[in-house]
Amino acid sequence: MGTGRLYAAVAAGGFRRYATYRTATAAGVFTNTVFGVILAYTYLALWQERPHLGGYDEAQALTYVWIGQALLVAVSVMGGGFEDELMERIRTGDIAIDLYRPADLQLWWLAGDLGRALFQLLARGVAPMVAGVLLFPLALPTRPLTWLAFLAAVTLAVVVSFAIRFLVALSAFWLLDGTGVAQISWITATFCSGMLLPLNVFPGALGEIVRALPWASLIQAPADILLGAADPLPVFARQLAWAAALLAAGRMLQSVATRRVVVQGG
Amino acid sequence: MAETAYGGARPYGRIREGLRAYRLITAMWIRSTMAYRASFAMTTLGNFAATALDFVVILLMFSRIDALGGYQLPEVAFLYGLSATAFGLADLALGSMDRLGRRLRDGTLDTLLVRPAPVLAQVAADRFAVRRLGRLVQGVCVLGYALSALDIAWTPLKVAMIPLMLLSGGAIFCSVFVVGAAFQFVAQDASEVQNSFTYGGQTLLQYPPSIFAKELVRGVTFVLPLAFVNWLPALYVLGRPYPLDLPAWVAFTPPLVAAGCCALAGLAWRAGLRSYRSTGS
Amino acid sequence: MNSGFRGAADAGGDAMEGAFIELDRVEKVFDVLKRTGFLRRERRQVRAVDSISFTVARGEMVGYIGPNGAGKSTTIKMLTGILTPSGGRLRVAGIDPSRERTRLAQRIGVVFGQRTTLWWDLPLIDSYRLMHRMYRIPDARYRENLDRCVELLELGSLLDVPVRQLSLGQRMRGDIAAALLHDPEVLYLDEPTIGLDVISKARVREFLRDLNAERGTTVLLTTHDLQDIEQLCSRVMVIDHGRLMYDGPLAGLHEVGDSERTLVVDLERELPPIEAPPARVVKVEGPRQWLAFPASRSAAPLVARIAAEYPLVDLSVREPDIEAVIAKMLHSLEDAAPQLRSERTVS
Repeated sequence: MGTGRLYAAVAAGGFRRYATYRTATAAGVFTNTVFGVILAYTYLALWQERPHLGGYDEAQALTYVWIGQALLVAVSVMGGGFEDELMERIRTGDIAIDLYRPADLQLWWLAGDLGRALFQLLARGVAPMVAGVLLFPLALPTRPLTWLAFLAAVTLAVVVSFAIRFLVALSAFWLLDGTGVAQISWITATFCSGMLLPLNVFPGALGEIVRALPWASLIQAPADILLGAADPLPVFARQLAWAAALLAAGRMLQSVATRRVVVQGG
Repeated sequence: MAETAYGGARPYGRIREGLRAYRLITAMWIRSTMAYRASFAMTTLGNFAATALDFVVILLMFSRIDALGGYQLPEVAFLYGLSATAFGLADLALGSMDRLGRRLRDGTLDTLLVRPAPVLAQVAADRFAVRRLGRLVQGVCVLGYALSALDIAWTPLKVAMIPLMLLSGGAIFCSVFVVGAAFQFVAQDASEVQNSFTYGGQTLLQYPPSIFAKELVRGVTFVLPLAFVNWLPALYVLGRPYPLDLPAWVAFTPPLVAAGCCALAGLAWRAGLRSYRSTGS
Repeated sequence: MNSGFRGAADAGGDAMEGAFIELDRVEKVFDVLKRTGFLRRERRQVRAVDSISFTVARGEMVGYIGPNGAGKSTTIKMLTGILTPSGGRLRVAGIDPSRERTRLAQRIGVVFGQRTTLWWDLPLIDSYRLMHRMYRIPDARYRENLDRCVELLELGSLLDVPVRQLSLGQRMRGDIAAALLHDPEVLYLDEPTIGLDVISKARVREFLRDLNAERGTTVLLTTHDLQDIEQLCSRVMVIDHGRLMYDGPLAGLHEVGDSERTLVVDLERELPPIEAPPARVVKVEGPRQWLAFPASRSAAPLVARIAAEYPLVDLSVREPDIEAVIAKMLHSLEDAAPQLRSERTVS
């Protein structure tokens, strides 16, 4: 089997795996919608008080809410992807088996996570967005090119998110219990991705900092492209830079960890 | 089916029996948690931090505005603190009930059904997590800030409203947890639906009712009575009008509403358990 | 031997001697939803237990066997009050289990083979302390029962060990003790020896035998291990497709199923096939010969005869596999006249 086909098969596996939980998916869509409604009203109140806050008008602010709900699970802001399983494999020593597989560890898990993300985007992204359109006046673009650029940004968002969570998971090689790190990771991601509040609403220096951090690539970056609030190319460039840097860091950490496994025998 | 061991005709005895089992089992979980102290400390802190983010968002909003829906920061903090503390109590007591679905899937609910204690108490105590104190403490902190920052002409009645709200609100959220668990007897994978009403409800109540659509406010007043957790009684304390045209005495009804909710939740649980025992799935 | 347990016979006088467990045409019907399309589902009724009747006397030790999905665990779940029967009458110690689940719970013990009820992260003794309080066992009685279980199940060195560090066999012994601290009158065991090594199996069986002999505890066990039945149960019930197919002694089961045991004989040298009817040689490999003989017959006369006539080095008896026995039995019942079935089930 060609390498490309191998990873395609892994990605398809990731997709199918999540597709089996139909009730859970429906329940998740419901939850996303409920939170979307609550958040939308708080944003409405905020923007009525301060129109054009963060450069968004009211419709854009509302749209931002629903983009966030649609992407929340796909880009794994709050975890729930492959990292729990990878940590468990590291903890139990099963990781040694993965290392002997004729595939690259990082690419293998990335492929699976991309498959998962595609399913979550279709299942848990589209439905809440439709609910948002029905309930609130949203500002969605009509140009297909904008949507394509958005999808590209979402793909990059998943890769950046993966790269961060891969690093988090690898910490299990050194820490007895990785749940603490995982928790810090998702709390940081929730705050710094713009999931709770658009990053361009954050005041002063705090705003400057969170917009420069890698988590801005997860929600804020794709949202800005769909809302037409940012030029796509610089956004892509920033996402790509973070993806490359974090994946490279993951690769380095992986080789250090692998040596450790080989030396200690698991 | 009436479980007459401690008397279907003597519900009081059953409640006492249930509380006793709950106490015994939670004590075991606390001991289990203490086997991993470092992990416990970290997750409690994480629980605190994760819930604190909600309030940080409100602070960020108020860094750009002076009032939200006509409410100043201390007033919003008051609503937030009440909602978060009442929910924190319920979450600490019953927060792990959403694991019932997993017990149904792997068949381990049966091991609870052969014990001489009410199943509801056993499920409620299952996986009791002390780390949920983090959320409760965070709510209490915000409530403390609100009480110190608010400018209210306190009367004995208004003071008495605070513990009354926290207890009734906690009971209302508890019944939401129980109904959510009962729903899992029907749909085992649907534990997330319950999150919409518990975590979602708590988030809703953190904000003033004036910012939401009338239909939504009506829904959480008359259908799913979350408004009785803090909105109605707290607005009386703050001396502000409720968006719906309701008589003033409604502000004092949370204990009655809470009792009604608990009774309904008990019935839902009974129906759920009965359906499990007749279908085994 | 002195008995630390309270005699079961005097524990409750409300059940008639001779019918401690009573099932009269008990049924359990499930509605099964089967996915036939993306959203379409088909509703189908499954009779997991189809009009089963039997009684078990106080102090009996009964094996309850059958293929997977035959209705064994559904029956146990109805007997313990977990499930409500769809029809028929069911009594355990005079109590209707589904109506008075918690009252019954005080009087029964249940061990689920693969699902431990012990507390994973806590020392074994902590689980027992919880049982002590949850079942409101009087202090003296608790200490007496615990001491006895600890002694007979050799748990002494394990009491302070967290359950997660116990081996499977140790955990099973721990689970059995946990189910017995409140002096249950009947003990239900679901696959009590599954996954255990030979020594652990022997220890568990010996303990159950003693418990039954000394205390008169009624025992009902499901198993896949024929030796469990052979060494413990005077009576065996076979269930298939929700129906009781056989109820009687184990020997009778072999008879019905024509099942055979195998005698493996090692001779001093290669010889022509041994002649010792009714046994017949099924395989010869150098000096070793395999003889099949009806499982209902004792091996002793056969062994004596061969030892007298042939130069023996060694011999061993192989038991038939339980699945094979049941399969053969079910097969022969299908061929046989219907009255055989009713005869057997009524006995």
